[in-house]
Amino acid sequence: MNTEKLSNLAMNDNGFIFDPESGYSYTANETGIFILKRMANGMQRQEIFEELSEIYDVSEDNFNSDYAHYMLMLEALDLIDFEGGTLESGLE
Amino acid sequence: MNPDLSKLDITIAVTGLKTGDNPQPGVPVIRSIRAAGFTGRIVGLIYDSMESGIYLDDLVDQVYQMPYPSAGADAFLTRLDHIMAQTPLDVIVPTLDSEVILYIRLAEELKRRGINTFLPTEECFLLRDKTKLESFFTPQGIQVPKTILLTSVSQLNNLHEEIGYPCFIKGRYYEAAKAANWDEAAKHFYDIQARWGLPLLAQQIVPGEEYNIVIVGDGEGDTIGMVPQKKLVITDKGKGFGGVVVKSPSLDEFARKIISILKWRGPCELEIIRGFDGVFYLIEINPRFPAWVRLAEGSGQNQPAAVVLKALGQEVDKLPECKTGTMFVRHAEDIIADISVMGEVSAKSELIRR
Amino acid sequence: MKKTYIAPNIERNSAGNMNKYGAKSVVKYQDKIDGIPVKEIVEQFGSPVLVLSESQIRRRYRRLMDAMQMHYPKVRLAWSYKTNYLGAVCNIFHQEGSAAEVVSGMEYGMARRLGIPGNEIIFNGPGKKRHELELAIKEGAKIHIDHLDELYLIEKIAKELDLVPQVAIRVNMDTGIYPQWDRFGFNYENGEAFRAISRIASGKAMNIVGLHAHIGTFILDAQAYYYEARALLTLAQRIKDELGITVEYIDLGGGFASQNTLLGSYAPGEFISPTFDQYAEAIGAAFNESSFVSQNLPTLILETGRALIDEAGYLISSVVGKKNLPSGERAVILDAGVNTTITAWWYKLKVTPTRPFPGAYQNTIFYGPLCMNIDVVRPAVPFPDLQTGEPVLVTPVGAYNNTQWMQFIEYRPPVVLISETGKLEMLRPREELGDVIGREMIPEHLRSQ
Repeated sequence: MNTEKLSNLAMNDNGFIFDPESGYSYTANETGIFILKRMANGMQRQEIFEELSEIYDVSEDNFNSDYAHYMLMLEALDLIDFEGGTLESGLE
Repeated sequence: MNPDLSKLDITIAVTGLKTGDNPQPGVPVIRSIRAAGFTGRIVGLIYDSMESGIYLDDLVDQVYQMPYPSAGADAFLTRLDHIMAQTPLDVIVPTLDSEVILYIRLAEELKRRGINTFLPTEECFLLRDKTKLESFFTPQGIQVPKTILLTSVSQLNNLHEEIGYPCFIKGRYYEAAKAANWDEAAKHFYDIQARWGLPLLAQQIVPGEEYNIVIVGDGEGDTIGMVPQKKLVITDKGKGFGGVVVKSPSLDEFARKIISILKWRGPCELEIIRGFDGVFYLIEINPRFPAWVRLAEGSGQNQPAAVVLKALGQEVDKLPECKTGTMFVRHAEDIIADISVMGEVSAKSELIRR
Repeated sequence: MKKTYIAPNIERNSAGNMNKYGAKSVVKYQDKIDGIPVKEIVEQFGSPVLVLSESQIRRRYRRLMDAMQMHYPKVRLAWSYKTNYLGAVCNIFHQEGSAAEVVSGMEYGMARRLGIPGNEIIFNGPGKKRHELELAIKEGAKIHIDHLDELYLIEKIAKELDLVPQVAIRVNMDTGIYPQWDRFGFNYENGEAFRAISRIASGKAMNIVGLHAHIGTFILDAQAYYYEARALLTLAQRIKDELGITVEYIDLGGGFASQNTLLGSYAPGEFISPTFDQYAEAIGAAFNESSFVSQNLPTLILETGRALIDEAGYLISSVVGKKNLPSGERAVILDAGVNTTITAWWYKLKVTPTRPFPGAYQNTIFYGPLCMNIDVVRPAVPFPDLQTGEPVLVTPVGAYNNTQWMQFIEYRPPVVLISETGKLEMLRPREELGDVIGREMIPEHLRSQ
């Protein structure tokens, strides 16, 4: 999974995200911005879950299913790239 | 004498801050309130973070995003309570057609929260509904172009006999489109239905001169202010982007009769046509200020300021005669801001400038 | 204590989707019905479950009666069985003083089972069968005649049984609303209604006791009832003047709108549905200006159904699963769909979370469990992120749901009443396989595979 684009995004804690390259802006919710910031720093799913579950009350199964959805959303918005692989390979 | 709001230390909320090609009345309403010397806080209630008035530095002190009226009373009041906890509002001036009924029905709930409005009664509001205009006003000597209520596209089949083409196909709240034949009528029917739902209206087109009048009714049958204009510039969307204040005793009399029949309370805009047959026809009564309301202030009647005082329950004298020949030309300008302003509004649904 | 988790979400900003209530506080939650926690109801009866509130039903009934009596004192309600014919529900209305309004032999049987005497039953409908009419005539029910063939049949039965049926005719008319219901009864404007009455009078086999009309359903213009009442009262005066018959009652039917929102309507029901006071005022105006009323004081009968019970019904349904649609909207699959909540096909039903939520909302579509594309409980509405298994409230569903629900691929849920004293009473348990196949038969040669 290529997450290079994420490091170029301007993100604020309110959840507003601006992509200076394309001119698009996005709004993410609290957990959405939490995950995105960590992905931009190169963190993987497992690490992100460990940090997130320190703060939020969530099971790993529940999180994994939401995380997979979220990756699909980010891919659809052209913010990440599975690089020809599938979602499953992208999650690894 | 025009109202003086310079001693008023309250918070006034105004809706509809979009300007541009289909402008809403909020920005000019706020400008008029400021022009009356008001130095208190003004809050913009918005639906969309791209409403251009948000981005003007000197217009509103705070902005809050509201749920659309279609989301219902619970959503509206819940959001309002959230706002009230931060910034208590004293007066709200709603400026959009589709939200007025909400403010009327919830008047008690608003009052309980200390929020004042100056709006018509529900009965009065319903009588001016486009679907009721013809049946209510015609027997009272006010002519209205022939109107048919449309609840199904099959009703278009008889239109050529009942009112003839060309005619207008209108939405209940917004939008009107001219149809020259069945095909066009059907297209407009589906387009407008998709946006605003049923019912729709088909209305006869009366050839003649169109006049628009901005009025504040006192609720007893009289007017506090009244400024008629003739449009000078009309955009391809049919919006008046320029106009001049006119004076016609027969037009005034026609408008006064409408207001006295309804006992209208609060702001409204009358759309009237003087037919080439010399007869006046009432086309629409919009239950709010029009976007060109600054022409009222400019010609000597600060109507928005009067509405603020009336909402607070104060006595307001009849506004001075308006000055014939005052004109307006609408001017668009680009506002420069940083994208973080938009980010603030879209992420937090609010913007606290001051 | 950890924070409440919500599923991550991101949306691209563009003109047109900029109303997202990003922060908080648009969706109210409701965790109790009449003071009883939703959680407790689900623990006891499972999910989905249809809950009716006795005190809300009684309150609505009394409010309508109070509003009407402000304008005309001699008013009576006939409970519209088809709106909700659970025995307990009907008896709440009967205890309050309602007669029964039935539209079929089956409903007639239901009213009789509850012990309602024939003379307290109004028998409406276009499809009454001979044996049903015979019974109704013997028991003295008020039969509202829909068409000429029925009129002739009743006349014939009356002679055979040597009884005098108590009848009214149903009248249809133009009250300024669309669509005009002209398929039921006899037309007012073209004189058909008066001719039908004259025909009944000349046959001398029946007693004409009332006039009835029902102008439509979900009538958002209260003024239509003024025109309806005025037409019936004018007709009543004419019948008195020309035929010497004085009717005892004027039955204006039902059709009052609830607070529900029609699917095609932009403005929500709470902003456009008339209040009871507005309906009462319109009807009262017609009654109080009529000389027939001042001379004869007829009983005013209303068959209001929906507006009395819709808001008293709650469907508790739970989240089976969630998914994200390509459109960016969130889809939530509930364990109850249009099979239990058929009114979702014409209303934007309200979905309410049962706990408070932090964070942002996302446009959410609520689907039912059926594998049918049309199984939509509520089209897109801003909603907080729900968790699997979590209950939500679908409202208002008290009217026309548990009389029209289907057994299609799912068992029908239990119906529970919260009594005035706050007790949970089972009105109808969840169905089982036997309820679905109990009356089914398999021919000998198809009994094995």
